[in-house]
Amino acid sequence: MHIAVCIKQVPDTRNVRIDPDTHTLVRQGVESIINPFDLFAVEAALKIKDENNARVTVVTMGPPQATEALRDTMGLGVDDAVLLSDRAFAGSDTWATSTTLAAAIKKMGDVDLILCGKQAVDGDTAQVGPEMAALLDIPYATFVKKIDLGDGNSIRAIRQTDEGTEIWKLPTPALLTVIKEIGEPRVPSLRFKMRAKKAEIPVWGAADLGLDTNCVGLCGSFTQVVRIFSPPRRTDRILIEGSVEEQAERLFNYMKQSRVPGI
Amino acid sequence: MDYFLTEEQKMIQELAAQIAAEKVRPTRAKLDENDEFPWEIMKTLAQADLFGLYIPEEYGGMGGGIFENCLAVEQLGGACIGVATTFAASGLGAYPILLFGSEDLKHKYLPQIASGKRLAAFGLTEPGAGSDVSGIKTTAVKDGDHYILNGSKQWITNGGEAEIYSVLAITDRSKGARGASFFVVETGDPGFSFGKKEKKLGIRASATRELIFQDCRIPKERLIGREGMGFIVAMKTFDKSRPGIAALGVGLSQGALDLAVEYARKRVQFEKPIISFQAIQHKLADMATKTEAARALVYSIARFMDSNPNDVSKVAAMCKMYAADVAMEVSTNAVQVLGGYGYMQDYPVEKMMRDAKILQIYEGTNEIQRNIIGQELNKEYGRMKDTFF
Repeated sequence: MHIAVCIKQVPDTRNVRIDPDTHTLVRQGVESIINPFDLFAVEAALKIKDENNARVTVVTMGPPQATEALRDTMGLGVDDAVLLSDRAFAGSDTWATSTTLAAAIKKMGDVDLILCGKQAVDGDTAQVGPEMAALLDIPYATFVKKIDLGDGNSIRAIRQTDEGTEIWKLPTPALLTVIKEIGEPRVPSLRFKMRAKKAEIPVWGAADLGLDTNCVGLCGSFTQVVRIFSPPRRTDRILIEGSVEEQAERLFNYMKQSRVPGI
Repeated sequence: MDYFLTEEQKMIQELAAQIAAEKVRPTRAKLDENDEFPWEIMKTLAQADLFGLYIPEEYGGMGGGIFENCLAVEQLGGACIGVATTFAASGLGAYPILLFGSEDLKHKYLPQIASGKRLAAFGLTEPGAGSDVSGIKTTAVKDGDHYILNGSKQWITNGGEAEIYSVLAITDRSKGARGASFFVVETGDPGFSFGKKEKKLGIRASATRELIFQDCRIPKERLIGREGMGFIVAMKTFDKSRPGIAALGVGLSQGALDLAVEYARKRVQFEKPIISFQAIQHKLADMATKTEAARALVYSIARFMDSNPNDVSKVAAMCKMYAADVAMEVSTNAVQVLGGYGYMQDYPVEKMMRDAKILQIYEGTNEIQRNIIGQELNKEYGRMKDTFF
């Protein structure tokens, strides 16, 4: 079984600051980490590998420095890694990212299962996983907390939803996005870390993936970020205190004064 | 300080530091309070390949030496020497086999210890034999293809939790110091059982139990080395293991120093952070200097020992003794810097102070270390023909 895990490098959000003038993320001096949810996806893949004959490949799209993130996952026991890097990929939105990642999965050829984190902590869109599945025309399930391998042609995924849990059976190849409950990421092992240090990580560009440069990066993006800002703090809040009856009366009077329709 | 570590050594250090920060620090208070054996952490260390750092690759280890092991032990010790002692004690149990065991014993036991699948332990101390090893009473009598062990071992680290024990017993009392031998005893061997778990001042995450041998029958192939080599095996094992104890001391000192400095920078009295007072600054300066001195000593001695010199007893004793004394002093002063907070269990320094005391006692008391150093000096200078006057 061949499992591909898609990961993303994100700024360490525990230390992120917003520039008060430009309202954009101050990226300078902020360390990059692997998106925490993607580490759960790596753990999910390694758990399957622990008990089955499986090969795990991790893939990321990013600048050359992103190989460090790939090596980190190899230190955990991932077999192979691929970096998707090309100037043409710069400025990708979720659609262009999905297009690029899906092309890489196609190039690998024999992938049975694709795992992603439920979302990235920088953009928080949760779109790339489902978009990739759509582009690859394979079934997918999101917010998965447990994966059971089926008969070899299907997998069973347990989804966590707001209402409860759902058990899905998906024919493979399939794509799953996973949540924290899948299991805490393991610590690296010295042997794997040493192997990772020496590992050759192939870099695939747009040409290697057979992608038209107009379909990737900024050119291939449907959305553009015009401005990032923190929403202004609302100051028109009042705190109503007193007993329940008093609070109700004050609220009613306030609504009346404010001419709330129907009062 | 840059100690010019190799890439691989840095990797070991980082990995152990990560486990210390993520797995040991958050759990140490609970392990201490409940006298709980750190099985989860041991599994993590096993998975991280850290149990076999000093074991040759042909026996499933990483092929490093004492220094590599010290680097890992130091980082773990910075978080909790109860946990780190548990880890290091497996090495103490392994060394007799590694140094003197037959190929069969090495191939059978070392891969299990290197992988962390089974923990090892070292059984020497008895109620009547501590610093004076010659007082041991446990006997091993040959009976055909077997040895039969009788007696008991006291205060054995990892006792009851480990599955592989290197045990010293008298095989021929008439030969005195040449009449003792080491054996491998396994959990489950007939006649082998454990006493109650001891309650201790510190390192409460580590398990300490009595080993009891009542007509314990083991195959004769479990003899480590030859009959009569027991004391040599013990001494050579301690030579190898003492830098590890020293590394525990360095780690603990650094851990206590880190907490003391961080606290002193934040704690405000008389409208100033207390680190601005020289009384505190000087204390911290001494703590930092002694910690670094201990580290420099341990690192250089561990590196020297990995070059396989002939006689290392003196330097092994030096680093153990010095780093243990420094750890006791630094942790005591860390409690002082934190004042009333330091004395409370809500902060980790009181545990460090309780834990530190064992470093001056186990693997040869610091008094015995000084005896060794003194005796070696006497021998060394006795061999010299020149005079310094």
